[in-house]
Amino acid sequence: MRLYATVAAGGFRRHATYRVATAAGVFTNTVFGFILSYTYIALWDARPTLGGYDMGDALAYVWIGQGLITVCGLMGGGFEEELIERIRTGDIAVDLYRPADLQTWWFAANLGRAAYQLLGRGIAPMVFGALVFDLTLPDSPWTWPAFLGSVALGAIVSFALWYLVALSAFWLLDGQGVVQAAWLGGLFFSGMLLPLNVFPGALGEVARMLPWASMLQVPADVYLGRYEGWGLLGVYAFQAGWAVVLLATGRAVQAAATRKVVVQGG
Amino acid sequence: MDRAEHVDRAEHVDRAEYAGRGAGEEAWSGSGVAESWRTYRMVAAMWIRSTLAYRSSFALTFLSSLVATFFDFVVILLMFGQVRGLGGFSFAEVAFLYGATGTSFGLADLVMGSLPRMGKRVRDGSLDTFLLRPAPVLAQVAADRFALRRLGRIAQGLLVLVWGLVVLEGVEWTPLKVLLVPVMLLSGALIFAALMVLGASLLFWLQDAGEVTSSFTYGGNTMLQYPPTIFAQDLVRGVVYVVPLAFVNWLPALYVLGRTPPAGVPGWAAFASPLVAAVCCAVAGLAWRAGLRSYQSTGS
Repeated sequence: MRLYATVAAGGFRRHATYRVATAAGVFTNTVFGFILSYTYIALWDARPTLGGYDMGDALAYVWIGQGLITVCGLMGGGFEEELIERIRTGDIAVDLYRPADLQTWWFAANLGRAAYQLLGRGIAPMVFGALVFDLTLPDSPWTWPAFLGSVALGAIVSFALWYLVALSAFWLLDGQGVVQAAWLGGLFFSGMLLPLNVFPGALGEVARMLPWASMLQVPADVYLGRYEGWGLLGVYAFQAGWAVVLLATGRAVQAAATRKVVVQGG
Repeated sequence: MDRAEHVDRAEHVDRAEYAGRGAGEEAWSGSGVAESWRTYRMVAAMWIRSTLAYRSSFALTFLSSLVATFFDFVVILLMFGQVRGLGGFSFAEVAFLYGATGTSFGLADLVMGSLPRMGKRVRDGSLDTFLLRPAPVLAQVAADRFALRRLGRIAQGLLVLVWGLVVLEGVEWTPLKVLLVPVMLLSGALIFAALMVLGASLLFWLQDAGEVTSSFTYGGNTMLQYPPTIFAQDLVRGVVYVVPLAFVNWLPALYVLGRTPPAGVPGWAAFASPLVAAVCCAVAGLAWRAGLRSYQSTGS
């Protein structure tokens, strides 16, 4: 346990070193937040209650999305490139001989990364958006911890998903194709381009049940106070359920991959 | 698959002198342009061969690149499933704007899309390998890891553009308007490419700031997909007078659509895109030279 706490702290510190990159990221997220805000304003001007959101809700949604891009790995988990490279070059064999579990190791490191991204890249765009646009703020102070809980679960689901993506490199060697496909799924089904409750009919229903929904749509709805009491527990269970399923799949795939490494000799 | 190392021929050449020569000639003299192009082609061809070595992965990346950009358009489709017009613009008009900027951006991305990777090379010192080779540095860096899958973006942009043109109603086509469309696409591509080079030049000083460039290139592309009427007027003025993204598609496209240009811009500005593109390229060339001259290796 102490080992993984150290690994998590290392993940945090490592990303905290890149201050210019963080500032550049905040700038980019803010610019995109602006562009998306204006398109949403045009849309909600024409349809003021679209998807059950009012204008303020829609704008809050935009800025939550910009804040969570790196935290919940909507467009990439932030670690998969490195893991894929280690698998491709065979360095992974060294990792497997360490007295630590591979999945837990990367999980801890990524948790540290996500925590840093939340502080470094998550808060600033949201504050900026709230200053410039008239976005919905939570009524109750309890909404904030509920929101953070949902974000944490979203970050875990994201890790589990990207870990699976990275492990595919054991079989494909070049992981780029799968990374691209996963990036695509994340982009569209997380609801980053358009809230999932605006997706029509069956597409919307399916999208809201996929794991990506737990990375942005669910945390945003928790923030907007749509879930309280049992409803909140329900969405937590939805997120945790996906996390367990995906982490367990990751375990199984890792076991299969590890056997392969031994056969290949690295 | 490692990149080919051609350091042998350059062993006796002083690195700094070489960097200066490459930087000076590649941007300005005719033979420099030809040499850059030759270098670019060689490096790109090598990466294409390397890409095609993993065929299934390439097929997947190409497809997902095409679908990724298509999803981006699905969002606009979904929006128009809910509303009839966005900022007073019809679906066909938005598709026209989308296709135009998408094609321009795709062209620039195909040629220059590897430039953001340079930040890592500056940081870890591997840029030095490029300086040692007897070939223009910009061409080498731009062609580094040339990604053929980026054709997907161009294909999708062109598809939407053609579709937009087909469903467009009420445009009185004149020879001038017909000519303006390809001019718009090429000038737009040059403006985006210049921004990418400008952003890469910044990396010589700020190695980690690569993402700032994305906010102007990817962000600009997203912004230009929508009509200028939906944005705050200050923002529109910003992309006309400060970062001249409006010349990529807005100003020429609004002329084609027979609409008034935004931000009090005179009507003739619709035809100024090639000129603006030329100025952007000149500025980017200067910035690149300044960056390359100030480059000092990591020393590690």
